[in-house]
Amino acid sequence: MPESTQEFPDIPNDSYRNKGTPLVHYTQSTNFYSPISDFCTEDNIPECILYLNQEAASLGFPAVQPDPDGGDGGLDMDVVSLLNSMYALLERHHRVLRALDQLETERLRSISDMQRQQLNQGRLKDQLELTKRENARLQERERQLQLNIKSLKKCLKNERDEVQKLQNIRTSSSMQYNHDMKRKEREYYKLKEHLNQLLIDKKDNKQAIEVLNCVGRPDGRRGQWKTRRTEARHEEEMYQTLLNDFDNRQRELMLENVELRKVLQQIKNEMIGILSPKKSNWREARQEHGGNQDLGSDEEVVCNAGRDGLEQSCEQAREELTNSIRQQWRKLKHHVENLDSQASLVQPRDSEVMAKEAHDREMEQLRQEIQQCKDFIHTQQQLLQQQLSSPCDEETASLLKDCYMLEEKERLKEEWNAFDEQRKNFTSERKNFTEAAIRLGREKKLFEDDRATWLKHQFLNLSFADHVNPPLSKSPGVLSEYVEASAAPSSLSDVISQMVFSPPDGSSVRPSSSAEYQQSLLPQSRF
Amino acid sequence: MNFSEVFKQTNQLCRVSPDGKYLATCVQYRLVIRDVNTLQILQLYTCLDQVVQMEWSSDSLFILCAMYKRGLVQVWSLEQPDWHCKIDEGSIGLLCSRWSPDGRHILNTTEFNLRVTVWSLCNKSVSYIKYPKACQKGMDFSTDGRYMALAERRDCKDYISVFVCDDWHLLRHFETETQDLAGVEWSPNGCVLAVWDACLEYKMLLYSLDGRLLSTYSAYEWSLGIKAIAWSPSSQFLAMGSYDEKVRILNHITWKKIVEFEHPATINNTKAVVYREVEKRPVVPSDDLSLQQLSISSTAFNAQSKYEICQLPVQVPSVKPDPDRANPKVGISSLAFSADNRYLATKNDNMPNCVWVWDMQRVGLQAVLEQASAVRCFLWDPRRPRLALCTGNNKLYLWSPAGCVSVRVPVEGCFQVLSLLWHCSGDSLILIGKDQLCLCYMETEQQP
Repeated sequence: MPESTQEFPDIPNDSYRNKGTPLVHYTQSTNFYSPISDFCTEDNIPECILYLNQEAASLGFPAVQPDPDGGDGGLDMDVVSLLNSMYALLERHHRVLRALDQLETERLRSISDMQRQQLNQGRLKDQLELTKRENARLQERERQLQLNIKSLKKCLKNERDEVQKLQNIRTSSSMQYNHDMKRKEREYYKLKEHLNQLLIDKKDNKQAIEVLNCVGRPDGRRGQWKTRRTEARHEEEMYQTLLNDFDNRQRELMLENVELRKVLQQIKNEMIGILSPKKSNWREARQEHGGNQDLGSDEEVVCNAGRDGLEQSCEQAREELTNSIRQQWRKLKHHVENLDSQASLVQPRDSEVMAKEAHDREMEQLRQEIQQCKDFIHTQQQLLQQQLSSPCDEETASLLKDCYMLEEKERLKEEWNAFDEQRKNFTSERKNFTEAAIRLGREKKLFEDDRATWLKHQFLNLSFADHVNPPLSKSPGVLSEYVEASAAPSSLSDVISQMVFSPPDGSSVRPSSSAEYQQSLLPQSRF
Repeated sequence: MNFSEVFKQTNQLCRVSPDGKYLATCVQYRLVIRDVNTLQILQLYTCLDQVVQMEWSSDSLFILCAMYKRGLVQVWSLEQPDWHCKIDEGSIGLLCSRWSPDGRHILNTTEFNLRVTVWSLCNKSVSYIKYPKACQKGMDFSTDGRYMALAERRDCKDYISVFVCDDWHLLRHFETETQDLAGVEWSPNGCVLAVWDACLEYKMLLYSLDGRLLSTYSAYEWSLGIKAIAWSPSSQFLAMGSYDEKVRILNHITWKKIVEFEHPATINNTKAVVYREVEKRPVVPSDDLSLQQLSISSTAFNAQSKYEICQLPVQVPSVKPDPDRANPKVGISSLAFSADNRYLATKNDNMPNCVWVWDMQRVGLQAVLEQASAVRCFLWDPRRPRLALCTGNNKLYLWSPAGCVSVRVPVEGCFQVLSLLWHCSGDSLILIGKDQLCLCYMETEQQP
């Protein structure tokens, strides 16, 4: 029964050191014989036997009761197998105990190993840390030493350069000295020679002057003796010269001084002028004490400007002027700085930047456009130049003359040709028409004559014989003829009337008779 | 611009009289006096030996001719050609001879700088000044001719004596704080004396007329120092050129440096105009390239040259001086102010082809003239801000604020302009060659 088996409690990892080891538990649990009265009682012997059989079978032992069904009430057991099983179980138990022992010792060993390893690791980590620090320290030291070396090298180089320079100077100096020494020696030698010469030469060439006659002094006066008075006069003259020079210089400096003072005054006044309109705004903004006083003092000094000019050498006036200028300048500077900061605040940075970018882009675009235009103009100029300068001889020049107009000229020529043709056509047509008109005129005349004769005949016939029919049979034909004849002239007269419109030089229209006829016959075709 | 014909001269001795009317030249042992405008010979004098030094007296009445080898000085009168005067220094020898400012005394420096003998033409008297110093510029007369400053050296110490030229009265005598005095120069207003030390030490001392030390200026120590100095005509500025290729300007009020002009090898970042002379050599037609042929032809076929303006930055050609020699060719060796105080012209020895012109009003570089060969001489016009320079070829170069021009001297044969001299009116220039001279008359400005 499972509830009778003792469950070994879970052993936490860190309690391996204490006595709660599986072996201990196991030995504890197995060292004492606790009556297993719970398992088997007189009542449940067959069940126990059955259970034991099952367990034995599962463990590979021979069955406790080979024949469970037979026997007397289940008490029939194979004692030998039972003992064997018990013995095997005991053996197993011992083996297990031994194995447990071993395992226990191994575990302890491995635990101690691990402990040792962990200690080792800790120690090594510390060591590593230390060495790392040491390494860093050494590297730092090395770097510093490198820097040191570099600076020392530089120093050394400088020193060497210095030494070189000094050596050069020394050599040139010594060169110069030697040169001078040699020169002096040469001169000394010459002097000695000359002296020797003089000692040898007995004749003494004395200095002499030979003048024809004495020349007067340049200013015409006589020479004067050198007396103390003249000496004093010379001294006086010398000092006079010096004094004059000092006077001149002082005068110049004074003039310059006055000029500069004027300029300073002007500057100061202008600065005050610039700053004073802002006075009202500033009075509240300015926290500087004595601001009002400054302005007040400025006004005072401005009033004193006139007086200043007079006290030119007054130290105080000069200091006042320079101080006031300084003050004004400081104010102006402050003001300008304020304006600058205000300007930068008002305009947000981005838009400024953006505007600038856009501005730049636009500029780029414009520049490109300008460049393109320039190129275009340039090419045009080149072409023009080519065109103007290209004809190299007369033939080609004459050939190329008006070459650009060639197409238009051709077209024009063609059109002229077309016009000429048309004109020719028109003239020929006109001619035809005039001929036709002339023919028509003639025919009309003939017709008129015929008509007149016919009418005459008719009249005569009518008057001669009223009832004569053949003329009636004839008349429709004649009438039809007439109709046709009368029809024809209408079209002809139309044509003729049209023809009258054509230019007078081309027409050869018959004179008035046909015209009259037309007019009388067809009054509606009057034009 | 008109050029006269060429005349002979020797030793580059050619002087215009202070009143501007006469031109004196020496040809061998003869002294020729011409009229400046017509160039006609007015007088002719004959000296005893080849003349080495020639000088007009300040009133243009007398001329001094010195012959150092013979130790003789001869004086000629313009008004009276018969008048003569001969000064013989005897065995003591002659080193240098000059007029005093009144035109009646002659100062002869004897050999070895033993003494200065003052000969008077008025009364044949003689005075001696002992221990003059032999240096770059040991004697200077003030502009008004009243005083003379003389450098002396006694007991390894430098002194300055100030004499009154009237009667040679010693006005002041004081010691200077120099190691080795190199020169003295009066300011144009005659009130300040500039005294400078030899090149081994950079030291400029300024003494007042009465001998007080006004100021000392030293730009640096140890390196080679002052090479040349120049006073501005108004006495406002003192310009000092030194071996470090810089010019330092002192002002007359505080005697402190107001500006330092550098002469760098690369010019950029300046408003100055750089003119470069460009020569166009015509092709030599002959195939024979022998040296003689070349030298003849190169002068016969006169090369055209003109100035062109260079764009900055410009590299100035410079010559590295020989470090093993004394008095190295480095540094500012010549300075000159223009007559109106406005411009300063300088020449740096290791950039021998260039002349630098500085504007004193703007205190900056105005122009740089780079020539094709080394500049030999440059002088300002005594009246206008116009600079004339020559480089030893047959051309004359002129610079003015308006621009630069190079003019070929239209002379047949070989005429090389070695030095120049302005006439005191500034209307003409005397071009001095090896043994010839030529006058150049400038066009007078006409009102447009």
